Amino acid sequence: MQLETKIYQKGNNSNIVKLIKESFSDMVSSRFLAKQLAIRDIKAQYRQSYLGIIWAFITPLTTAFVWIILNKTGTITLTDTGIPYPIYAFSGTLLWSIITESINSPMSNTKGAGGILSKINFPKEALLVSGVYKLLFNSAIKIVLLFVFLGIYGVGYHNSLLLFPLAFLGAIFFGTTIGLFITPIGMLYNDIAKIISMSLGFLMYVTPVVYAIPKEGLMKTLMEANPLTPIILTARDFAVGQSPEYLIYYLWIMLACIPLFFVGLVFYRISIPIIVERMSA
Amino acid sequence: MEDNEVLVKVEHLSKKFCKDLKTSLWYGVKDLYANVRGNKNERTLRPEEFWAVKDINFELRRGECLGLIGHNGAGKSTLLKILNGLINPDEGKVTIKGRVGALIELGAGFNPILSGRENIYNNGAILGFTKKEIDAKVEAIIDFAEIREFIDMPVKNYSSGMKVRLGFAVAAQMEPDVLIIDEVLAVGDLGFVLKCFKTIDTILPNTAIVFVSHSMPMVSRICSQIILMENGLANFQGENVSRGIDLYYHKFMTNEDSQVVFTDNSMELKKAWIEDVNKINNLYSIPWGNTVNLNFTIKNNNLSKTPYISLAIYDKEQRAIAEVLADEQDLKIIKNKKEVTFSFQLNNIYLSKGIYNITFTASEDSGVNVYYKIHKAITIQIEHDKQIWTPFLMDSKLINVKYY
Repeated sequence: MQLETKIYQKGNNSNIVKLIKESFSDMVSSRFLAKQLAIRDIKAQYRQSYLGIIWAFITPLTTAFVWIILNKTGTITLTDTGIPYPIYAFSGTLLWSIITESINSPMSNTKGAGGILSKINFPKEALLVSGVYKLLFNSAIKIVLLFVFLGIYGVGYHNSLLLFPLAFLGAIFFGTTIGLFITPIGMLYNDIAKIISMSLGFLMYVTPVVYAIPKEGLMKTLMEANPLTPIILTARDFAVGQSPEYLIYYLWIMLACIPLFFVGLVFYRISIPIIVERMSA
Repeated sequence: MEDNEVLVKVEHLSKKFCKDLKTSLWYGVKDLYANVRGNKNERTLRPEEFWAVKDINFELRRGECLGLIGHNGAGKSTLLKILNGLINPDEGKVTIKGRVGALIELGAGFNPILSGRENIYNNGAILGFTKKEIDAKVEAIIDFAEIREFIDMPVKNYSSGMKVRLGFAVAAQMEPDVLIIDEVLAVGDLGFVLKCFKTIDTILPNTAIVFVSHSMPMVSRICSQIILMENGLANFQGENVSRGIDLYYHKFMTNEDSQVVFTDNSMELKKAWIEDVNKINNLYSIPWGNTVNLNFTIKNNNLSKTPYISLAIYDKEQRAIAEVLADEQDLKIIKNKKEVTFSFQLNNIYLSKGIYNITFTASEDSGVNVYYKIHKAITIQIEHDKQIWTPFLMDSKLINVKYY
């Protein structure tokens, strides 16, 4: 039997194609690890709790509820969204949380594995994949809720709903790509995590999450330029059966994400030893 | 598959670290950029940096075990991390063949809320097992850890010993070609440590092991070659494991002054010496097997009766290895403020080569009411040409061989 040979030396990273190949083969070989890590975290999350999985429903409901109340009471007046506002607000917050969570997921999962990263050599890509699994699980619950609401509010189930999972996966893909670039620097400096959470807080106001794009003005320009806008709108349009206005912009973003995603994977892979070096033993 | 193929080859391995956190993080960003571009330049020390590992070379074949020893911060763990592929070297090259297993942290990936059984899967997955493999081995793991009764209890309620047992039980299922062990065997009770050794003994013939430890008995027991590290450099390297261990101990030979550990001020030791033996650097050199006379002069402050004297011999690890309990001590009436000298004859000292300390204890009678106790009253060095690890080298010869 031929033994697998590993060579560790400086400047191992010159060939990007080889690195991408290694990254993918590690992802495949660590399928079980990724699944196991996700199961572990999900189980642990709900085990020490009486209500357990119900919490997964309560949190998104309350967020949507706040906006519905604000709108119903007239505290804030919003332009017409074209669909029942509860659906608009709920789908918006749902998609927004998926994007922000997928941006943060690579970093939080890598940080969470800090203890074992510096001790055991395992395919780090498993951390990314397990992050996606967890995200899929948490979002699936919310999506079930959304589908229930579509019936309750009389929006109905259109054929385009079948495309919704695609748009939803696109949102995760987009977020993860950004997350991959943030993670290496964010693992070194805590500032990054703070900057990200702050800017996402601002960004939400120039994204049609809980209110529609205004008809004119600076806000319209900003919102239309924002790359998060087409992601949210396209997914929402698929869900409620409206024609996706920003589909072209959406497709361009997805197309741009593909090469970026590969570069991000390589960047992540290269950065791990440098990060481990600076972590406590 | 050749039996003696080289599984681990390390050539001119070096790694630098930074002393300052902020600088280190900034270098991290720079290295990130440089590494993306495939940095092959020669690495020199930047400000605040030092070599944590410098120019280490060795080869390890199947069935061999390399002991890595050295004081804390000598670079041992850094070297292990490079071998394990966790961090990249700055200079040199590591070539490893086969499946690498690391016993660096037991129970990695355990989640305290989940049960022992669930955590077997978590830990196993991180160690690179497939689901099928764990399914097949889970019962063996539970039996090995001897915690069947508690296997469905959350791991947070386990004692630390139980956690380590479970972690080792999972790790013991690995069938590595190269095994890296760092100090994990130091925890756990005696039964566990014995079990660990038994496991290591079974896998050793088929494995190349790199073993880091501060426990010299363990090192001498399993290692076939040794590297003594100091400040990142290999201070001593070779197959003479005992010599390496000896040098390691010499590094800690800083304080050989005697030390009073108990006194009720009724008496004190004024002088301790060995007759007709030269004293160099506080050491009396005695050829193996010789007979010597040890003398102790005490000053009596307010004792009315001669104290009972006993001696204990300690080795370099401060393990008590022998007692001197001379019979028929006549405990006569003595006067205050007078000095008394005791002479003991030690016949044929068969201690093995090395340095030993003698502890002097004066008490009312054998094992009763201690007045005064002093460590390292006398330090002796036994001379012999054989370097062995065990404390005694028996006086022996082969007297007969029968062929059938």
